[in-house]
Amino acid sequence: MQAELIAQDGQLQSSAIGVREDQPLSVRGLTVSYGDKPAVFSIDADFRPGEMTAIIGPNGAGKSTFLKGALGVIPRLSGDVRIFGRPVDAARARFAFVPQRASVDWDFPARAIDVVMMGLYHDIGLFRLAGSRHRTQALECLSRVGMADFAHRQIGQLSGGQQQRVFLARALAQNADLYLLDEPFAGVDAATERAIIDVLKDLKSLGRTIACVHHNLTTVTEYFDSALLLNVRKIAEGPVETTFSAGNLQATYGGRLAATHLDDVIRKTG
Amino acid sequence: MTGDAANPFLRLLFDALLLQGGFNTALVTVGAGLLGLAAGAAGAFIFLRKRSLVSDAVSHATLPGICLAFIVMAYAGGDGRWLPGLLLGSALTAAIGLYLVDWMTHATRLSQDAAIGAVLSVFFGFGIVLLTVIQTLNVGRQAGLDTFLLGSTAGMLRSEATTIAAAAAVSAACVYALRRPMTLVAFDPAFAATTGVNVRRTDLAIMGLALLVTVIGLKIVGLVLIVALLIIPAATARFWTDQVEQLILIAAGAGAAAGYVGAALSAAADKLPTGPIIVLMSFALFAVSLLVSPLRGVLASAARRRRFQRRVHARQGLLAMARGEPIYDPLTLRILKRDGLIRPDGVATLDGRAAASKALRDEARWELLRRSSGENPLAERYDGLTPIEEVMTQDQIAALDAQLTPRLTAGQDEAGSSE
Repeated sequence: MQAELIAQDGQLQSSAIGVREDQPLSVRGLTVSYGDKPAVFSIDADFRPGEMTAIIGPNGAGKSTFLKGALGVIPRLSGDVRIFGRPVDAARARFAFVPQRASVDWDFPARAIDVVMMGLYHDIGLFRLAGSRHRTQALECLSRVGMADFAHRQIGQLSGGQQQRVFLARALAQNADLYLLDEPFAGVDAATERAIIDVLKDLKSLGRTIACVHHNLTTVTEYFDSALLLNVRKIAEGPVETTFSAGNLQATYGGRLAATHLDDVIRKTG
Repeated sequence: MTGDAANPFLRLLFDALLLQGGFNTALVTVGAGLLGLAAGAAGAFIFLRKRSLVSDAVSHATLPGICLAFIVMAYAGGDGRWLPGLLLGSALTAAIGLYLVDWMTHATRLSQDAAIGAVLSVFFGFGIVLLTVIQTLNVGRQAGLDTFLLGSTAGMLRSEATTIAAAAAVSAACVYALRRPMTLVAFDPAFAATTGVNVRRTDLAIMGLALLVTVIGLKIVGLVLIVALLIIPAATARFWTDQVEQLILIAAGAGAAAGYVGAALSAAADKLPTGPIIVLMSFALFAVSLLVSPLRGVLASAARRRRFQRRVHARQGLLAMARGEPIYDPLTLRILKRDGLIRPDGVATLDGRAAASKALRDEARWELLRRSSGENPLAERYDGLTPIEEVMTQDQIAALDAQLTPRLTAGQDEAGSSE
């Protein structure tokens, strides 16, 4: 009993100090609620540096909410979030967030390059006009996602996959160390999925850390190194090989994942 | 123009437009032009953020403030109609109205339109009651307070015009300074928040600008219609551009033009109320843009659709000809005849036969391209209409044809029936 208390105490201390600059994202006790119903409840999570992490869970499990709550996009009820050992406000230059494509109105008066330039607003500043250096930078980001030809196209005229690539290019323009993407593969064509995963793997090879809210269970083992399984509470977290197991999936999805589907996923994993 | 009766009005109008209509008229037209400019620029972000109705609630919430300020100033022994005092009062209740809409949507499960409806009608109703009460009070100069409802150009003071000019300059400067955070918040608030932009404060700044424009516009346009001056120029500008910064400039220009011309018209024809005339001028610009804009206008869209339909019909007609299928669609027949591809009796001309076999060959090339090279980005550009020469170089086409030749020589019928 005594030993256990001490051990807990020690743990508490280490997480309270928590200045781990090598820790891309470290979340402690994150709770976000709409009214008095928690959307995510008391979640601890650590994304490991240089890895790609999948955030997995059924619809309404709070995957997006977890991400947005961690980044302060929506207010959190409790919890502490560190990005490279610092509070989110002090680490804004080090992470890039890609929201769900469907969360914006694509009829907005902007061209692809204008959207990518939004990722450079910090560099450009409030008052200066965007220089040709910024334009070149934005074009370069667009060509990394294979969208250079569409730089001056109105964003509403792009296909869903192309819009998603523009969003990714905007994150690239931010030149961050940590990339957090909310369902980057939702409703995109196969070519776009390929292009996005190639860019993400490039980033990983440069030592950047990536986390995606991910829906398609069949591609988890192919794309990702680690997984965070959520259903309001955290179910499991760790390397894909050990975490992405039948037991954990059953616990995450409950009855909502048909047994045959589950078998399919596990067979692919095995 | 023809009748003599029109002449005095036209002369007055031209005098007003050229600022020759006397000092007071000049003040009002310039003031209204500046107001239109500020409203157009500030309104651009309200339009982009989709908050038109919030600004309507805010402008209606000015009325109780005007009345309360009048009562306070009149009973304090001062001039109840002292404009800066009235504007201060109007800003105060408008700010309360704005805060209430914001609070109700955040703190309760009420949707924003319900909150807007409640605030708008209650504040406006309260204002009308106060206006009626004021008429019965035993204080001087209450007549004319109701011109704040629809605006008036009568009796504008130089100091009032200067106030409008200064406030217009302030709001234009704010729009310029805040254009980047405001654009970010209007397009993608979640992303904006992660880059450190305070979304709620930016929203308040957008609505604050609307409030400023409403207050300075009370005298000329009136509180009922100011929302039109905020929103219509931006909606007009949207027809002409796909870029935010251009949209702001065009909206400001359209607003300024509507304000200037509208005020001149209203000054030339004594009985015309200023606010409604300015709004109608603004609408005229909007209506013209809606019709003739080459980018998003109704006529251009219809023409584009028609052109596309004709291309589809021409293409389908050619493929049908190549495969020896009969063509029944009268539009297809008409297009093929017009292009000289079939004779009036429906038989293919020489040109027609050449075009038909070219269409079939292109179709086969596309087919091959799509089948053979799983992820070839060129194959993605297949839309069934674009001539293959626009997508591929001659060398690439030749390479395709080299693979295609055996199939083509084996017989075109086969290529056709495999479709």
